Amino acid sequence: MTSNIATAPDIKAKKRSARPSAFKLLARNQLALMGAAILALVIALVLITPILPLPDPDVTDPAQRLLPPFSDGHFLGTDHLGRDLLSRLLWGTRVSLAVGISASLVAALFGSTIGIVSGYFGGRTDNIMMRGIDMLMAFPYILLALAIVAALGPGLMNALYAIAVVNIPFFARNIRGVTVGIAHREFVDAAKLSGKGHIRILVTEILPNVMPVIVITISTTVGWMILETAGLSFLGLGAQPPQADLGSMLGEGRKLITTAQHLSAIPGAMIFILVMSINLLGDGIRDVLDPRLKSGALARPAPLTKIDRSDEGTGHPVDDDTVLAVDELRTEFVLGDDTYKAVGGVSFSVGKNECVGLVGESGSGKSVTALSLLGLVASPPGTIAGGRVMFDGKDVFDMSERQVRDIRGGKAAYVFQDPLSTLHPLFSIGDQLVEAIRAHNAMSYKDAWAKAVKLLGMVRIPNPERRAENYPHQLSGGMRQRVGIAMALANEPQLIIADEPTTALDVTVQAQILKLMNNLRTDHGTSVLFITHDFGVVSEICDRVAVMYAGRIVEMGTTEQVLGNPAHPYTKRLIDCVPRLGEPDRRTAAIPGLPPAVNNLPAGCAFADRCERAEDKCRVGEISFDDLGDGHGVRCIKPMEAANV
Amino acid sequence: MHVYILRRLILMVPVLLGLTVIVFLIMSMIPGDPALAILGSYATPDNVEKLRADLGLDKTMVEQYWIWLTNMLQGDFGRSYSLNRPVLDEILERFGATLILAGTSLVLCTIFGLLTGVISAVRQYGWADKALTFAVLIGISVPSFWLGLLLMMFFAVELRWLPVSGMYAIYGGGDLPDLIRHLILPSVTLAVVATGIIARLTRSNMLEVLRQDFIRTARAKGLDENRVIYRHAFKAALVNVIPVIGVQAGFVLGGAVYIETVFQWPGIGRMLVNAISTRDILLVQGGVVLVAGSYVLFNLFADVLQHLLDPRVKA
Repeated sequence: MTSNIATAPDIKAKKRSARPSAFKLLARNQLALMGAAILALVIALVLITPILPLPDPDVTDPAQRLLPPFSDGHFLGTDHLGRDLLSRLLWGTRVSLAVGISASLVAALFGSTIGIVSGYFGGRTDNIMMRGIDMLMAFPYILLALAIVAALGPGLMNALYAIAVVNIPFFARNIRGVTVGIAHREFVDAAKLSGKGHIRILVTEILPNVMPVIVITISTTVGWMILETAGLSFLGLGAQPPQADLGSMLGEGRKLITTAQHLSAIPGAMIFILVMSINLLGDGIRDVLDPRLKSGALARPAPLTKIDRSDEGTGHPVDDDTVLAVDELRTEFVLGDDTYKAVGGVSFSVGKNECVGLVGESGSGKSVTALSLLGLVASPPGTIAGGRVMFDGKDVFDMSERQVRDIRGGKAAYVFQDPLSTLHPLFSIGDQLVEAIRAHNAMSYKDAWAKAVKLLGMVRIPNPERRAENYPHQLSGGMRQRVGIAMALANEPQLIIADEPTTALDVTVQAQILKLMNNLRTDHGTSVLFITHDFGVVSEICDRVAVMYAGRIVEMGTTEQVLGNPAHPYTKRLIDCVPRLGEPDRRTAAIPGLPPAVNNLPAGCAFADRCERAEDKCRVGEISFDDLGDGHGVRCIKPMEAANV
Repeated sequence: MHVYILRRLILMVPVLLGLTVIVFLIMSMIPGDPALAILGSYATPDNVEKLRADLGLDKTMVEQYWIWLTNMLQGDFGRSYSLNRPVLDEILERFGATLILAGTSLVLCTIFGLLTGVISAVRQYGWADKALTFAVLIGISVPSFWLGLLLMMFFAVELRWLPVSGMYAIYGGGDLPDLIRHLILPSVTLAVVATGIIARLTRSNMLEVLRQDFIRTARAKGLDENRVIYRHAFKAALVNVIPVIGVQAGFVLGGAVYIETVFQWPGIGRMLVNAISTRDILLVQGGVVLVAGSYVLFNLFADVLQHLLDPRVKA
């Protein structure tokens, strides 16, 4: 219930730098504010109860018994002994609040002590203490409280102790988790070296750091504890007459449920209002502290990326032998007030049976480009902000969800990086292949399974009949990637979009996968869009290459042109980063500096700040993409001389 | 699979032992002389002495625990002083009624909790999500004993659609339809809080899972959205929710104490409350051990179920 509390200190640290919250959060905060207001009102009422002009809550008046609400002199009526219900309600709320809060504090004191000691000393102390806590948690919650009350005897104080004890595990676990995280941090080591004793370190170094977590745990459990102490009183095991809390009032009212319903309805409503307002407040606090809500990371991604085209590209006609034509594609992420232009106007095409490489550093926008093609960018927060993607002569962004779905996995298929996270962990790989096949073919499960086994054989998985029954975690990384490729092949696609399919693999497996993909291309005439950061891979498989930097293509041409005669300084530097066999003395210089943040792109060339050839005019205006002839193009004012070859 | 279950069964033994130690320790916290506490202040010294010997109070704590434990293992839970019958007979008789109530509630809260959570996640930030989220907040804030009274007032006292309390009608009852009619109000009341907790967890887990890479893969395969949500996402979310359903079994078993009291359900919860009032310590001990033990068993069941659904989970 409270497991996410453990990360609260980090969350707080991040919060300072975060942007103002979104409207949705504000709406939630309004609920939290409402909770806070109600709670404050009840507490204020209860605090001034002794000075309010109310009748004594314990004075009986048999002549006035069981008056309904709104009677003269008794706003909420009277109970079976003629006592004023409003007065009893307020006094009872006082007791219930006091008991609930006290129980929280007692549980917090003991639970936190156990948690801090356990987390700080670790080892055997930790083990023994946590086993004990586990034992307490092996009991159904209220049952343990009942057993304690049974031993100590009914009474309000005993109920308080019982509820406190059963809540100790929540505190102990949460606080232990946080303490373990800070027990070996530098400031604690420093305190130890300075000769401070354990107890002083616990009190002066650890406690201040876990305090926020203790407070949050209290705020999430106090409502629950008010409810449970009231429950024990309701059963007659808590407050004993003449003392009354909300629970015992409800318990008494229950006996007159057919004649005087307000006697049970009113005290119960009060408990409900109290607990509800505390929960509203607690939820609100937790939501505000959770950075995932702000970033939209908890929003459900739509089946199709939101398309909000302000322009439809240049509208150049598309050649007949072009499978995929991308025209001024722009994809953006909106996070808070920031717009991240992950893809800022990208154009390229993939011809029939052609393999085009899309190369760049991580964060250059190459993967987002790949996902944008069939609307697979998570949205929110992603939006396709402009451009056109023509697949097989048709504009993908003009299609319905259903039409795009038909292309996905059908005529165009993806192979993703890291198949451990991209394959479903709970279905066998055969099952997942069958699903891919049957999504586009009306075929019986049995036939599809046979085809799945054939596909596995095709990607050279040994013993495919048996392997089909395995789950992804039972396969090696290379095998899993083959499964990913088999899945892409399921419906004989015209285009395979492979997003770093070899990055997570070691070199020998990488070579096998590349060979496999090359064979597929020659055997089936498939086109491939190959996304990678590795020029070595590019030279092995690609006909043409596009180099991406900060969301734009900076150079494009045939593999020979780009690798042998790079025109953009960035391409040159990238190629220089790759060590070459037989040239051990060659400088493999890393590129100094970092790519610019795509939410704050500079004017002019995005690479200018890292480029040794940069001049003043590189930093003004839009740098155009110029043709160097023979399909070789570059986005640079001073392209490298061909003499560099 | 069998090895897994066997291992879990063996691991259960120390938990059960620890459980009995805690119950024993709690009961030894009874202030003053338990024999006197049981017999009341009018008891003769002779009787008190005899009961002390009966209860083994003249022996050391460890001996007392050992005797209590071995007797229990042989089915001897002692004799209830207030009911004047063996504790085991009483708790077994009562336990059936509690199991019917708690079991029905657990089924209800699982079905409605999962359903609410999934709908909420799929319609995130839509009106259905907002309404359900608010209903869930009410559900986990409402005192079940009060809700029970309200439902009773409305459906049983006002509308007279359902019986007010008890498990069977006194005259002419006793068959299954009669039981179901009596079961509706208490089981629904008992299920409300757990439904809320399961719904919340299902919603957040579904939203978490829907961001995972394998969901993108499912979409990239060209699967329709219903299949993505109800097959791919739901199964992955369910695996995380099942252990919590196991924990809810504890809340439901514990919450039965209130609901049985409100609806006069002849279960073990009401028996415990009565036994505490009459200071019938042996009856409390036996009841608590049995209910807590069955909770441990249920959690084992939830673990095995999770193991079946998730091939990655290792013992």
